[in-house]
Amino acid sequence: MDTIFYSLQEFMTFSKGITYLIMGAILILMPLYWLFLTDRDEKKETY
Amino acid sequence: MMERTSRISLRPMMTPFNVMLGIILAIGCVLTVLRFTGGLSVVTNLDDNNPWGIWIGFDLLCGVALAAGGYTTSAACYIFGLKRYHSAVRPAILTAFLGYALVVFALHYDVGRPWRLPFPIFWQQGTTSLLFEVGLCVFLYLTVLFIEFTPAAFEWLGFSKLREKILKLTILLTIFGVVLSTLHQSSLGALYTIVPSKLHPLWYSGYLPVYFFISSMFAGLSMVIFEGSLAHKYLHHKMDETHLRESEGVVLGFGKAASFIMAGYVAIKVIGLAVDNSWHYLFTGYGAWFLLELIGFVALPSFVYAIGVREKNIRLIQRTALWSVLGIVLNRFNISLIAFNWQLPTSERYFPSWMEIGVSLFIVAIGIVVYRFITANMPILYEHPDYRSEH
Repeated sequence: MDTIFYSLQEFMTFSKGITYLIMGAILILMPLYWLFLTDRDEKKETY
Repeated sequence: MMERTSRISLRPMMTPFNVMLGIILAIGCVLTVLRFTGGLSVVTNLDDNNPWGIWIGFDLLCGVALAAGGYTTSAACYIFGLKRYHSAVRPAILTAFLGYALVVFALHYDVGRPWRLPFPIFWQQGTTSLLFEVGLCVFLYLTVLFIEFTPAAFEWLGFSKLREKILKLTILLTIFGVVLSTLHQSSLGALYTIVPSKLHPLWYSGYLPVYFFISSMFAGLSMVIFEGSLAHKYLHHKMDETHLRESEGVVLGFGKAASFIMAGYVAIKVIGLAVDNSWHYLFTGYGAWFLLELIGFVALPSFVYAIGVREKNIRLIQRTALWSVLGIVLNRFNISLIAFNWQLPTSERYFPSWMEIGVSLFIVAIGIVVYRFITANMPILYEHPDYRSEH
């Protein structure tokens, strides 16, 4: 992870790239965590 | 005969806890005199490198974060319409009111010259300063909390007309409370964005205001659960049927909310690491400490909360609430003390004097005494018989 950067452009490309990958993972993991948190709740009739 | 009567009536009060409180209060009074007659140097280890010590790190930062239960609970009940949490509102508002009142009280010890406290608000506003924003918000929010608290006092005093007038303002006050809390909880984090060279890169981030605000949410929820568990243990006889019936739902609902928010908090902390590319610091001593805070005191409690909610294990959720509260205290200590001035040699680092710790304990002790007085006399944990089922 200790990459050497020679310009701000390189730094931004690298850090933003990693950030977007993490955000993608979070978008998948957070709904799954919500399902884990709530799957034993009593189901409500919403119709 | 008089002597005998007074001895008998005093006996139930002489518990070890009360004696300890009495000793802390007595020592605190002496320390107060020393502080205001001799100045900061007599009672603190503060210096030019470390102008903010535990009176800011603990009394102010932790006090404000842990008092966040007021806005989270009232927002859940009055804005989101979750009326099943209604019985938790008054205890949460009381804790928040006392928390903020003690924050302002504690600030006097740090700032000194209490008679000049109104100056930044009424005489000389530093509108470009974050501290001014924090001061203004705390001033306004303390006023809001005081007004939100008054119906309980009016019920106790029998001022029913005044109570009715204040109750009509409930929604307005709740909205004010949420707006003001959003502003100053985040501003407290923003205060530390001006010290990028002093705060360790793992804790420093442009997102500090967001971290402080998000963490205040689960701090408040955890504090309501923790305080509720203490109230159940020691003030059980004060609670009415409604309070006892609703308490399990409050613990489960707040535990679920805290768990999900904590998971989100871990996520944005990881995003913060990625944005600043601070990964390599994780393999240092400070990195281990950072991971202990983030995994040991946020991610794990979040998961244990989830287990507690899934299995409807009230005891587990209550214990996790204390764990989360300690996590918040650790986070605020890390930012304001431990990871602050991290590059200085050990000899120039700050460690609080016993008198600073004594003053902090003194302030907590005042809070406990006032809380006990109010819950013993006012309808906080039960509904006043004259005003049942009005909400």
